[in-house]
Amino acid sequence: MFNMDKNKTRVPERAPKLRNKTFKEVTATYNVDMAINEANRCLGCKTPACVGACPVNVPIPQFIQKIKDGEFEEAYQIVKTVNSLPAVCGRVCPQETQCESKCVRGLKGESVAIGRLERFVADYHMQNCEEKPVKPASNGHKVAVIGSGPSGLTCAGDLAKLGYQVTIFEALHKAGGVLMYGIPEFRLPKKIVEKEIEDLVSIGVKIETNMVIGKILTLDELFDMGFEAIYLGTGAGLPAFMGIEGEGFVGVYSANEFLTRINLLKAYDDKYDTFIAKPKNVAVIGGGNVAMDAARSAKRLGAENVYIVYRRSENEMPARKEEVHHAKEEEIIFKTLTNPVKIIGDEKGRVTQIECLSMELGEPDASGRRAPIAVEGSNFTMDVDCVIMALGNTPNPLILSVTPGLEANKKGCLTVNPKTMQTSIKNIYAGGDAVTGAATVILAMGAGKQAAKSIDEVLKKRR
Amino acid sequence: MFEIVEKTYLNPSMTKMVIKAPLVAAKAQAGQFIILRVDEFGERIPLTIADYDREKGTVTIIYQKVGKTTMLLDTYGAGESISDFVGPLGKASELEGYKRVCVIGGGAGCAIAYPQAKALHEMGTYVDIIAGFRTEDLVILKKEMQRVCSRLTIMTDDGSNGNKGFVTDTLRRSLEIGDTYDLVIAIGPIPMMKAVSELTKEYGIKTIVSMNPIMIDGTGMCGGCRLTVGGKTKFACVDGPDFDGHEVDFDEAMMRLGTFKDLEQRAVREPDCRLMRGAENV
Repeated sequence: MFNMDKNKTRVPERAPKLRNKTFKEVTATYNVDMAINEANRCLGCKTPACVGACPVNVPIPQFIQKIKDGEFEEAYQIVKTVNSLPAVCGRVCPQETQCESKCVRGLKGESVAIGRLERFVADYHMQNCEEKPVKPASNGHKVAVIGSGPSGLTCAGDLAKLGYQVTIFEALHKAGGVLMYGIPEFRLPKKIVEKEIEDLVSIGVKIETNMVIGKILTLDELFDMGFEAIYLGTGAGLPAFMGIEGEGFVGVYSANEFLTRINLLKAYDDKYDTFIAKPKNVAVIGGGNVAMDAARSAKRLGAENVYIVYRRSENEMPARKEEVHHAKEEEIIFKTLTNPVKIIGDEKGRVTQIECLSMELGEPDASGRRAPIAVEGSNFTMDVDCVIMALGNTPNPLILSVTPGLEANKKGCLTVNPKTMQTSIKNIYAGGDAVTGAATVILAMGAGKQAAKSIDEVLKKRR
Repeated sequence: MFEIVEKTYLNPSMTKMVIKAPLVAAKAQAGQFIILRVDEFGERIPLTIADYDREKGTVTIIYQKVGKTTMLLDTYGAGESISDFVGPLGKASELEGYKRVCVIGGGAGCAIAYPQAKALHEMGTYVDIIAGFRTEDLVILKKEMQRVCSRLTIMTDDGSNGNKGFVTDTLRRSLEIGDTYDLVIAIGPIPMMKAVSELTKEYGIKTIVSMNPIMIDGTGMCGGCRLTVGGKTKFACVDGPDFDGHEVDFDEAMMRLGTFKDLEQRAVREPDCRLMRGAENV
């Protein structure tokens, strides 16, 4: 009965040489046979460690048992009880450091492919279930959610299920936040995000796009409009630059801008008016998931050479192993232990080169990783016509700057009670990157969930 | 969707549109901007708010047909709707506390200089306006500007209105004969704002310029609108669009504005060209 294979059931992937020319999804979803085969690797532990390692505590053994039984829709419904966005999480969660890191099967061989199974049930549901989720009866309480990224969507979904009338306010013209503008199509098809959002709309969540809260309406005005609680899921806004010479040259982008042009504004699709330069040689500065996304996107736009320029070594890279592996397969060139010191341009102000220093690793720094130290006199240049800065973001300061009494730390991250997610102002809650600084989709979802619970506890006592 | 209530051609290249957007109108202030998208496949472009009517719930924009999006927008008429209209964005101009102000507009920049002059005039401030255009046929808002200032001087590059020269020529002349201002506001093409700022620096007069760089979201997320101001990186969308003209690196701003110039020119020349063809959509 149990499948004692030490390795995960393999999942089909597009061949690297073909996929680095298309924005279509890289990995496939398990088919039914693969899913059952993989589900049978799960031992169904009585005290499962995987569940505790999931920020939203998906009942993992229970949903996998349903897959074993061939009851895929039931498996989906189990996941859905706690996770509003299973098709998204199945694709972009770093399972290897969460649920899968605690899997008993991982002690000898590979863990159960929990992420792939989650994705399987979510996709199965999307393909086979026509029924729209039912809108619960209203409890009469109104809640406003600011930002329609993973955190806001989760908070809204959990509250709507309990009968709250939730309105999400989104600054851009399309809902989804980072799932729409940040994560590329080849990792997370936008149709999937749209479908998850449609489900939220069917259970009564209202979405108002083109609404920059803090500008068009203040938080006080939202309270005046009858909203009893507000959740701020405004994300990490401001992109970081290095502060080196030449960052103003044409051809230097933040990863946010580069990816937004491609993902939200679909610069790769002829139907859209979006402008994007088609660079030949691209340097992406940074070693996180966003850097990998930017590099792989640049390759797909037709760049000949795409470099990841990172000042530490590959061991210290914050990107998921899988992303690094995929990037390498797609012929992204890794220049580790390399730090840009200057961007060089021509007389028209266009980027022509970056000047870098070689680095070596010293003692561990505050982050616990070995600190990069410049090798003096090791300066060299690389010919590039595009530089993409993927150095992280700080939280969006817009609402903070117009809301007296709202508190934040030095970095601009909103301060919350970690148990309730309430900010320094009563009835205003916050979570996701707005609180933590740039982090993961699932952590943002965990925070949205926690806030929904707190909001419910407070509001259900009224009336 | 946002309805176009009124459309007026101001001159052969500039159009005024009044858009129904009650929530934006309720909050709009002089100096702020909006971002619009014409249809589902359109670009997001920023435009400074030219006027607003809180009671009617409308916001007025004035644009010059210079690129793909403004040309597309110009094919829309009153009664039709555009898909997105976001705002008000950016910080409002700080106009309080000045006694004598010279407002300078260049070309389409007059559309934005005018509401600033109007706001100052209504606050009881003494206002002179200097407006510059390429040629007399392109002059806009002449009557409106006249009504909100003590002295309006219109200059043309080709002298077709009998007043040949740049806005800086007029400003220099009036400063030389002893006119004093405690603030100069300059809005128009970057070379004009740069020239005005260089002149006022000589005289030590505080100068505000309004920057209109390439932008996507308008909330601080993309960083496309970054400028160097006083040696520091600033984002026009959240820190501006108004900046101290003596601090702005205009040469860099000019360069960055040209980022997509080649593509833009091709798009205008060959409306159907597949300029964004990147990856094969196979």
